[in-house]
Amino acid sequence: MYKLLREKSVEIRFHGRGGQGAVTAATLLVAAALNEGKWGQAIPSFGAERRGAHVLAFARVSEKPVPIHSQVRWPKIIVVLDPGLLLVEEERKRVLAGASSDTIVVANTPEPVDVGGVKLYYVDATRIARELGLVVAGWPVVNTSMLGALAKATGIVSIDSVLNAIKSYWPGRLGELNAEAAKRAYNETKLAQAEKITVTG
Amino acid sequence: MALEAEEKTRVRRGTIVPMRGNEAVAYAVKLSRARVVAAYPITPQTIIVEKIDELISKGEMDAEMIHVESEHSALAATYGAAVGGVRAFTATSSHGLMYMYEVLWWVAGSRVPVVMAVVTRAIGAPWNIHVEHSDILSTRDTGWLVAMAENNQEALDLTVMMFRVTEDPRVYLPGIVGLDGFILSHTVEPVEVPDQELVDEFLPPRRQPYTIESGAPIAMGNIIPDEAFEEHRMDMHESMREARRVIEEAGREYGKLTGRDYSGLVECYKCSDADYLFVGIGSWMGDAKIAVDALREKGLRFGALRLRWIRPFPWDELREYGLEKKAVIVLDRSISFGYAGPVFLEVSSALEAKPSMVGVLAGVGGVDVNYEDIVKIAEHVVSLVEEKGRVYVPALWYHLGEFYPMKPGPLPTRKTPRHVNKLLEELWSKKS
Repeated sequence: MYKLLREKSVEIRFHGRGGQGAVTAATLLVAAALNEGKWGQAIPSFGAERRGAHVLAFARVSEKPVPIHSQVRWPKIIVVLDPGLLLVEEERKRVLAGASSDTIVVANTPEPVDVGGVKLYYVDATRIARELGLVVAGWPVVNTSMLGALAKATGIVSIDSVLNAIKSYWPGRLGELNAEAAKRAYNETKLAQAEKITVTG
Repeated sequence: MALEAEEKTRVRRGTIVPMRGNEAVAYAVKLSRARVVAAYPITPQTIIVEKIDELISKGEMDAEMIHVESEHSALAATYGAAVGGVRAFTATSSHGLMYMYEVLWWVAGSRVPVVMAVVTRAIGAPWNIHVEHSDILSTRDTGWLVAMAENNQEALDLTVMMFRVTEDPRVYLPGIVGLDGFILSHTVEPVEVPDQELVDEFLPPRRQPYTIESGAPIAMGNIIPDEAFEEHRMDMHESMREARRVIEEAGREYGKLTGRDYSGLVECYKCSDADYLFVGIGSWMGDAKIAVDALREKGLRFGALRLRWIRPFPWDELREYGLEKKAVIVLDRSISFGYAGPVFLEVSSALEAKPSMVGVLAGVGGVDVNYEDIVKIAEHVVSLVEEKGRVYVPALWYHLGEFYPMKPGPLPTRKTPRHVNKLLEELWSKKS
């Protein structure tokens, strides 16, 4: 089991703000993994889950089921839904906690930002959401775009599986729009040039 | 060939769907064809009854949902419906379970099969919505069967099984299925939902010792002679003991139908050849299995014994696997203040405290405990055993990476945990 966890599983942590759908993103990732015959798990982190607060969700994707239910401490992938979380030093520290030299950060940000030398993939998911009119109560819906970005940056699930998961979660027009957002994000996701190689965490 | 293929499809008839532990329980209740559900919402149980409500309103489940004003009434209404002759279900957590505690005894003593889910959660004060096992373990002596799931699949399977076991004439006692709050209740995992026809094949029509029907009144819960009362309690005790055989039978048959065998009251992970054993209940026993493998890589032969059932108590299995070990580490997620964790006390009595034993308290109030923590606990205990030969420590608290020995008796050696220290310092500095 330990070997399975170390060698055949990927641990992912989502960072967002309460209301941005980090938990839903983790849940859709499990559906996408299942679609490929893999095993997945999505764990919400409940605490001060107020709208706007920095919230976490965890996910695991593995070739086979892993009997684990603890939180993710050493993420191989960190998904950042809100650009602001990388700009404020204290929040950024929480985002990068437990990251190592082979961690990948997939962030919603219009421009590359310093993530302490960790490999960064980025996409302007906020713009994509606005272009598609995916705005709920004034909030651009970025979680589905970030799943597209995740598929591009890491390949742990294919974009097709992501699109299927989204469409079956929201049948009809809402699903189509979110799937379109994921597809656009997939196409626009870029690797930032790593300027310095330092290890955080 | 054709026959083989047919045999295969016979073994697996279900659909794999990603879902939360609470939803898995709701689907189990639907598949078991419960006809009445009465509940009062409490975090983290809420999703179970919300999902059942949704299934009823969509017409996918043929049942009546009774919204009551309290948990005391929730179980009372469930009890009433069950006495009326239908499968009835409720679910609760923490304070809700405390509030219905009296009714638990009425249901069990009336010998009426009822199934309830308890989504484990800390009991206030102070307020906390995360995992602790004080709520579910407080039901230990009520006459209810108590099972505890490790994952969402098991939460579904045990709920279906619980209907069958509780309705067996050899048992006729109610049953609780426990699942860890948030860790299972709100975590999404793939769950194989069995087909309705499979569950119909597994669950016979409802049986119960008596029913109340209109036009045929009976009296229940009367005062009875002391001798009859004692004999009634003796009978409940016998039925609870008999339940273990019923569980084994039902678990085996469920395994034949689904490919998931539940004939064991415990789940044993590499415990046969182990020198050291973890014993515990609930979701973190999965992390304990990973810890077992990590420890074996380091040359320490560990095993993990998970108690799937708490009542009836798996006495034989514990003795079979535990008596000869160098040391048994019992993981407890709640404390009987001043003494030890409740699971430790149970395990220690079954093993007559023969092996070295350490009761470790951890993860109370939802504090995250993972396989790395469990490895750390194991290495600490192994060093104690190697240093002293034999050890018997009822309460060793593991909190944020540090150990706090807490001896019962007149001279406790203890350190105050750092959070408490910090809090007190802040309070005092504000005062002065």
